[in-house]
Order: sequence, then structure tokens, then C-alpha cells
Amino acid sequence: MDSSDTNGTTPTPKGMDRRDFLKTAGVAAAAAGGIEGILAARRAPAYAQGQKLHLVRWNDFIPEADVELKTKQMPEASKALGAEVTLETINANDIQPRITAAIQSGSGADIFHLQYNWPQLYATSLVDVSDIANAVAKAEGGFYDVYKPSFQVGGKWMGMPHSIVGNAVAYRKSWLKEVGASQYPKTWEEARKVFAALKKKGRPYGQTLGHTFGDAPTFAYPLLWSFGGAETDPSGKKVAINSKGTVDSVKFMQAFWKECCDEGGLAWDDTNNNRAFHAGEISASLNGASIYIVAKRQKDKIKDEKGEPMFQDIDHAGLLPAGPAGQFPLYFSTGHGIMKYSKSQKLAKDFLAWLHKKENFEKWFQVCEGYSVASTTAWEKHPMWDKIDKPLQVFRTAARKTRIFGHAGPSTAKSTEAFSKYIIVDMYAKGVQGMKAEDAVKWAEGELKKIYEA
Amino acid sequence: MTGGSGSATGVTVALPHPGASRQTPLVRLLENERLLAGLLLAPTVVLLTVFIAYPFLMGIWLSLSSTSVGNPGKFVAFQNFVKAWNDSIFRTAFGNTFFYTFWATIFKLALGMWLALLLNRHFRGKRIVRATMLLPFIIPTVLSTFAWRWMFDPTFSVVNWVLYQSGLIVTKLPFLSNGDLAMWCAIVVNTWRGMPFFAITLLAGLQTISPDLHEAASLDGANAWHRFWHVTWPLLKPVTVVVVVFSIIQTFADFQLIYVLTGGGPANSTHLLATYAYQLGVNSGLLGEGAAISLFMFPVLFIVVWVQLRYIRRLEGA
Repeated sequence: MDSSDTNGTTPTPKGMDRRDFLKTAGVAAAAAGGIEGILAARRAPAYAQGQKLHLVRWNDFIPEADVELKTKQMPEASKALGAEVTLETINANDIQPRITAAIQSGSGADIFHLQYNWPQLYATSLVDVSDIANAVAKAEGGFYDVYKPSFQVGGKWMGMPHSIVGNAVAYRKSWLKEVGASQYPKTWEEARKVFAALKKKGRPYGQTLGHTFGDAPTFAYPLLWSFGGAETDPSGKKVAINSKGTVDSVKFMQAFWKECCDEGGLAWDDTNNNRAFHAGEISASLNGASIYIVAKRQKDKIKDEKGEPMFQDIDHAGLLPAGPAGQFPLYFSTGHGIMKYSKSQKLAKDFLAWLHKKENFEKWFQVCEGYSVASTTAWEKHPMWDKIDKPLQVFRTAARKTRIFGHAGPSTAKSTEAFSKYIIVDMYAKGVQGMKAEDAVKWAEGELKKIYEA
Repeated sequence: MTGGSGSATGVTVALPHPGASRQTPLVRLLENERLLAGLLLAPTVVLLTVFIAYPFLMGIWLSLSSTSVGNPGKFVAFQNFVKAWNDSIFRTAFGNTFFYTFWATIFKLALGMWLALLLNRHFRGKRIVRATMLLPFIIPTVLSTFAWRWMFDPTFSVVNWVLYQSGLIVTKLPFLSNGDLAMWCAIVVNTWRGMPFFAITLLAGLQTISPDLHEAASLDGANAWHRFWHVTWPLLKPVTVVVVVFSIIQTFADFQLIYVLTGGGPANSTHLLATYAYQLGVNSGLLGEGAAISLFMFPVLFIVVWVQLRYIRRLEGA
């Protein structure tokens, strides 16, 4: 690093040795008032020459978002921070093994992409980032409610909230109209009638109940909540799954599955519904915005039965239909965690502060076109929302109502265990495979008790 | 060197090298057989200690502790094992592991033997066929399993398409959506992948059997089945036992295939001990419980290896 470059890096006087340089740089950074000072001064902090920062994130479902980060933002961040910042993207399912190996060996990437409530799981190995998180929240109207129970541990932000992938039901407007639905059904009962008619025409509803981290739980938990079911009571210590609401939800799912769904969905992963939708095999499916975005970006390839670009016939319902207890989505909330073993913790914090600077985050946010929304509410007012296609606008405020698993109790490591054992998903899977609704719920109750009440 | 004094004419006798009496200390040290043996064994011992013994002992410790990711945990004795045993998903995975291993091994043995017998015959292009047969074994498991997953895809399955087009079915077969069928699909894929190992090893065993024995049996009036049962099989048994044991160990601890093909679903119907241990240890961060589940495999595999060693020892003694 050229210490006298035009980025405003702290100059190194001639004859100063490395120790003196670091001491001066440290004093300068402290004098500038930490992260806020750096951001306010628009000056890059001085780091030892060749200092590196390694960030691991998932392979974004919107590849352009990764391109933006890799080819533009990482070089810019490197220049601004005076350190080499590298981004590695891996399959979302591979992040947890990487984090586990890194924590246990005490070495690995400095920053990891965190999903759902992982800060609860890795709290003892993460750095408290309350200073950056509070600053960003204060400047941007506060984080969405889902982050407090998932990213805060003991009142401290153990992960820096970044963005939320909203889910919406992508559906074929013309097909729904053909069976008399001019808009997406508002309740589960209406949905049952509409999709039963569509399945008879060979256009079922597409839903996975397989072991997937995205589409299966983001359907199963909201279905449970919409019928008034919950894993535990508000204390999180007593299992409350065996309720009338849960049994009713399983009974409903059994009927909905048989009458309305593509029954192959039991084996689908998170990509099957995208392919099935684009192939015209299903009429609707709960998904992120990727079904629409990909259909639009590949409009010459993905066409409907009339030969027209399919994206023109796709619309989104922002939430799954309402049940007797209401509508509550489970969105895919994400953020970043700085690892305690990292030797570059300060640099990592400065990087996250840089990433969340309005002008930087905005570029990434706009590339996502609504697929990922910000973690803070201020971005709902961004002009992008008025420019993007109407089907994508549902994501603008969608993150407001999202819940996290563990409801009605806190989202702890125990709720992650229940989540990763797919107990709620499998309760419905067992139900649709023929197990009596009451027995499926009883099975889930037994499994949840071993986790929450042990 | 030509013979020295007293040697018969024309007879060459090796005499000690003049420098032999002036051995360096290192050479003298290496002359010590015990030390040399120790030195030669050291790399293997170090490798086994680092990569086998240490992880194994660590696994035992983890299974007896409440360790989770980032938390060292404390000694909890057999609590993790008890918890696992009372867990219905564990019991399902435990049963599945036996079912999967039993049937996959039976099919691999039967088809591998059949293939080996076919390949032991002379025909044109024999070498090409033998090389091609190894492909399933050579291709990385993850890659080939992905291909199988596409073939069993609930929506776009080529198998369903072929069956439907040929009029054999009227609705799609739920290959991976039905729990029972999904398990049989996993067994089919495992058989496809593991059969070449059986075939090539058994073929090597077949080629050590002298054709004279078969010829003699034929002259005595033995038909093909009798020749196989009374000549081939007894001579092939030692190789078969070794192959079966290796296969049981690999199949019982299988992870990649299930992880890619079904992820343990639907509703845990294809979960094996390895995939469930991974789910608990990595996705839930419960390293202690994950290690306990893995160690449930140990007694089974230990018995299998013990039987194998006992059998081999008996053969050596015979």
C-alpha cells in the first residue's frame, strides 16, 4: 500500500519504522473517532501493508449481485480501506460446514455470511458489532423486527444485518383468470378452490416439502402460524405445537396437497419449482423473485404456451394466503458475522461500515431489483421501487411482517436445531404421505419436546 | 573382484569391501535392525496417529461431551447416546442404514459376480468393455449422483418419460417423492456405483483360478452351475469376503450419495446415520450429539472387520 496515496491514507513519514507507523496509524484512527470518524472523514484507515480480509458469502440467486460485489465493490473497498479485501462465494448449503470448521480450528475467513438466526448458534465465536449496527440502524430508520430476536444475543448485535430475501407466490395471471380468479386468493380456503380447478387442468400448485433450507420451511412455518399454531409458548421453554390450530393446518395441507399440488414436490429442492414454473408445469409457487427475474432476463428462451415471453404473465402475491389466525411470512434474513479468531477484526468492522455506506449498499441493492431488500426500513423509500416492474414491487414492504422460527418464543439455538431437523416441514410431509394429522402433530410434539424441554 | 588366495581357479568369490571396516556412524546406526524398522515405520505411525487415531479419540471425547460449535462443553458421559436412542429420527436413520447396506451389498455382489463371470470370457473388445465398466467407480460420486437425481426428477425424469412414451405407465412414478421408492432409488444408485469394484476385484480372483480345474470338472460331467458352485465359488470365497467387508464398511458410512440425492428426505425416509450426524453436528452445531450418532456405526463396523480378520487368519492357518 502506498501510504501517501490520494485516498487519504495516513502518510508515513520518512525514516519511520513499522512499529512507529502502526502506532501513529492507530492513534490517527482513534483520533478520527473510530468507524464513524473514518466514514465522516472519508479517509481510509491505515493498515499494515498487505493486510488481507477474507469474506465468504453464498452464491447469490441473482448472479449479477455477486458480479457487482466481486468486480466492483471489493476492489473499491480494497482501495478505500488500504487492504486487500477478497470475496469468496460458495453454495449456501456449504457455509455452515465452513463456519464450523473455521471456528473449531480457529482459522478461516474473517467474515461469514450469516443466515436466519445463526448469530444465536455461533454467538461465542462472533465479534460484537453493536457499534456499526446501531449506527446503521440509527441512520436508516431501524432494522426490521425480525433481526432483533435473530441477530441480537443478550442485547448485543452479534451479526450485522445486511439484507432479506423476500418470498412471494409467483403465479401465472392468465391461468388463474381462466379458473375465475382475477387476483391471487386471499385465504387458504379460496386458494384451495382455485388450485384444485387448476390441477384438474394439469396446472398444479408447486411446493416442496423436502429437506431444503429455503422453500420448504418458508412455506411450512407460515402455514403453521396462519392457523394459529406455534412451536412453543412465549417463554420458549414449553412446547405448544399440539394445538387445534396445528392439527387444522395439517388437515388443510393434506387436502391441499392432494387436490391442488404437484405431488412430486416431496422430493423437490430449492431449484425444482423454478424449473417447473419456467417449463409451464405449475401455475404458482412460493419463491424469491428469481422466477420472475430469470424469466425476464431470459425472455427469448422462457416463453409461455402462446410463444410470448413468460415474464409478462407472471405476478407476485406478497404473502401466502391468510389462515384463521392471519398471514405471517418467514423470509430469508441474512447478515454478516466477524469471527473472533480473526486477526483483522477492526479492518472487518471498517469493511462492514464501508459496505453499508449508502452509496455502496445502494449499488448492490439496485442490482438485486427487489430480490434482496435491505435490513433497514429506510430503503423502502428508495426511488428504485417506483422504477422496477410491478411484480417486484411487492417486496418493498414485505419484510415488515416476517417472523423467525422459534415463534412464539425467542429464536434460540434450540429453534435452529428444530429447524435444521426439519421437524415442522416433516410434520406436514408425514401428513401428506398419509399419516393421520393428529399423529403427525404428536410426532412433532415429541421431537420438539426433546429439544425445547430437555 | 576375482578370487583371492586359496580360491579355485575360475571361481569368483565376494570378499568384504575394503571400506567396510570404516563404516560411518550413520551406516552403523542403520545396521541396527530394530532401529531401522522403527525409522521405516515412523511415517506410517505418524500418519495413522494424526489422521486416524487422533480424530477417532477426538470423536469419542466429543460424543461424551456437550460440545457445540465454539463451546468446548463438559463431560456428559453417555447422555448423547441416550438422547440419540430416544430420538425417533435417529431410530429411522439407524434402520435405514442397515436396510440400505444390506440390499445394496446383496445387489452389488450378485451383479458384480455376474459381470465378472461375463468379463472372464473371451470376446472382441474385452479390454474396452473392462475399462468402460469402471466408469461409475471413477466418476466423482457427487457428480454421478446429480445425474441420477436428474433422471429421478419428479417433474423432468427421463425414466418417467421413457416409461410414459412406451405406454408402460400412465402417471409419473414418484421416484424420490415416495419414501420407500426413494430408498430403493438410493440403493440402485449405490449398486450402480459400487458394482464395478466388485466386478473388477472378483474378475482378478477369477483369473487366478486355473482353467485346468474347470476342464477336469467338465470331463467329470459337471455342468456350468456345478462348475461354478464346486470349483469357482470355493476358490473365489476369500476374495469375495474381503470385497464384501470393504463394501459394507463403505456403504454403512455412506454420506455423499444420500446428501445429494435426497438430503435424507422425504420426511427422513432416506436418512442414514452419516447424514443425520452431519445434520446435527454441522447444521445444528451440536458436535457432541453428532459424534455420538457417528459412533453408533463403530460397533457394527468393528464386528464386520473382526469377522473379516478372523476369517483371513483362519485361511492363513489352513
